[in-house]
Amino acid sequence: MTVHTEQPDTFVFDETYGAEAAKIIARYPEGKQASAVMPLLDLAQRQFGGWLPTAAMNHVADVLEMPAIRVYEVASFYSMYNLEPVGEIFVQVCTTTPCALRGCAAILDACRDELGINVGETTSDNKFTLREAECLGACVNAPMMQIGDDYYEDLDVESTKGVLKALRNGETPEPGPQSGRKGSEPAGGLTTLNDGAAGAGG
Amino acid sequence: MLKDSDRIFTNLYGMDDWRLEGARRRGDWDGTKELIAKGRDWIVEEVKSSGLRGRGGAGFPSGLKWSFMPKEPTGRPHYLVVNADEGEPGTCKDRDMMRNDPHKLVEGCLLAGVGMGADAAYIYIRGEFYREAEHLQFAIDEAYEAGLIGKDACGSGYDFDVYVHRGAGAYICGEEMALIESLEGKKGMPRLKPPFPAAMGLYGCPTTVNNVETIAVAPTILRRGGSWFSSLGRENNTGTKVFCISGHVNNPCNVEEEMGIPLKELIEKHAGGVIGGWDNLKAIIPGGSSVPILPKATCDTVLMDFDSLKEVRSGLGTAAVIVMDQSTDVVAAIARLSKFYKHESCGQCTPCREGTGWMWRVMERLVVGDAEIDDIDTLLDVASQVEGHTICALGDAAAWPIQGLVRHFRDEIEERINTRKQSSVAAA
Repeated sequence: MTVHTEQPDTFVFDETYGAEAAKIIARYPEGKQASAVMPLLDLAQRQFGGWLPTAAMNHVADVLEMPAIRVYEVASFYSMYNLEPVGEIFVQVCTTTPCALRGCAAILDACRDELGINVGETTSDNKFTLREAECLGACVNAPMMQIGDDYYEDLDVESTKGVLKALRNGETPEPGPQSGRKGSEPAGGLTTLNDGAAGAGG
Repeated sequence: MLKDSDRIFTNLYGMDDWRLEGARRRGDWDGTKELIAKGRDWIVEEVKSSGLRGRGGAGFPSGLKWSFMPKEPTGRPHYLVVNADEGEPGTCKDRDMMRNDPHKLVEGCLLAGVGMGADAAYIYIRGEFYREAEHLQFAIDEAYEAGLIGKDACGSGYDFDVYVHRGAGAYICGEEMALIESLEGKKGMPRLKPPFPAAMGLYGCPTTVNNVETIAVAPTILRRGGSWFSSLGRENNTGTKVFCISGHVNNPCNVEEEMGIPLKELIEKHAGGVIGGWDNLKAIIPGGSSVPILPKATCDTVLMDFDSLKEVRSGLGTAAVIVMDQSTDVVAAIARLSKFYKHESCGQCTPCREGTGWMWRVMERLVVGDAEIDDIDTLLDVASQVEGHTICALGDAAAWPIQGLVRHFRDEIEERINTRKQSSVAAA
């Protein structure tokens, strides 16, 4: 496990995150609280601003009465835990085959262009981090990128840059398809669920 | 074509309210208490007679799977675990069900839970689906509030809890044993089977793991009857299925259709056809990244169901149709999948840990033709040594796309090698 060089001395859940952690722990049977390690690491990462210092992992280990090494193992196994700092706005462009077929290379270039950084880098003002991601499961809305908790889909170069510009200006661009469609329906007009009938229902 | 009145996911596109009120309007939670009252055996028999096969990829008969759970109390909790770790490249159907129709899944958990004698359900949703998890949690909270789940669910006397568990970015957790390990708070490394989860699953307790779609279709099957579901599609391949059509089509989309719909009809009716027309088609991966690619000639006639696709040495998988037109560098497209499997191998089994990286590196060389003709056979040999020699199916999933590529596009790979050789001779 790579350990980032600048580590805070301590970490504890604040009141809000602590309450959320307690709620999550209650979902698992007694004595099985280790099950909460993933959601608690996620909470710790959110509270700390996007990455997990060792102190946060140790705190999660204390809260769940787990050996710290078990928590480190989990934190280093799953791709969503960042073990070093990332920018305030975390941009991940999907580049797996379905997105590649729809031109994700141009989207990645548009991000590099707009942000002035390469994949894996963070802007000097710590505002943006750019990464490539493996399939994010929005393939019929390719190409797409995840920014924070939101998906921006049906991208082209222009809309990609537009989203990043808006974020830089402190705005919150509307997530979802940037092409005008609502979700995963065919863009050319509905081919099903359009006869007004209630359908099979329950 | 499937009639709208036979569609289960009537809010697939999120045009209507996804919350409880909208769900009730669409017929969810209607008569659930009465369905529970018909009992566990009735539920399992009805699902068996529907012919429903698991929608996560393997296609195992669902009713039969449920019947493997212990019939008598074991003194331990029994669990339903829903696999919502949707990550197979090309696949994005469970996402729509969870964000736009979450009550179908919650009600399905209860009814399937009764069918298998489970006390609780954990829905393991991939971590990146944050907004989808929010909708799902909201729907669960609504269901508790309305007395539909929890103590005395729907007033049936049956106690049943439903929980959401968010993953954190690991494709391997879509494998059921890795998912269970992960849910227990460990690295997602698959366990050996046996023991099977129905005997020793989550926390060592009897457990059944099912895909989102499998569980979400159960309430409609029970309401309309197994015979309704089995009247759709064809024998052994019954019912409806949500297909994801991505890649080089005019209108990529998700759509619920009848099992066994011809692939060509599926694409032309719903996805606006292949870009540049059907004759511009090069190849299709019909069931998510793990299944072997099919050349156009096969796509012309093949039906979209488990058995038809197996006959042409591919598979229905998750029914994620990845379309590639003539402009596609098919070697590069598969090489990218090899990179994916290399990235996602958990590293537990040597053939997969070493093999996926090795295969990816060779694939990258084939993309530029930097290889000998013999290397293709070596690659096939290594792929066959990874396949079937690992604890879980990730090794197989990494081998199959490569085997499919060589089976149908060997000429193209060889041509690339020869062209490069000739140009380097010319340059010298």
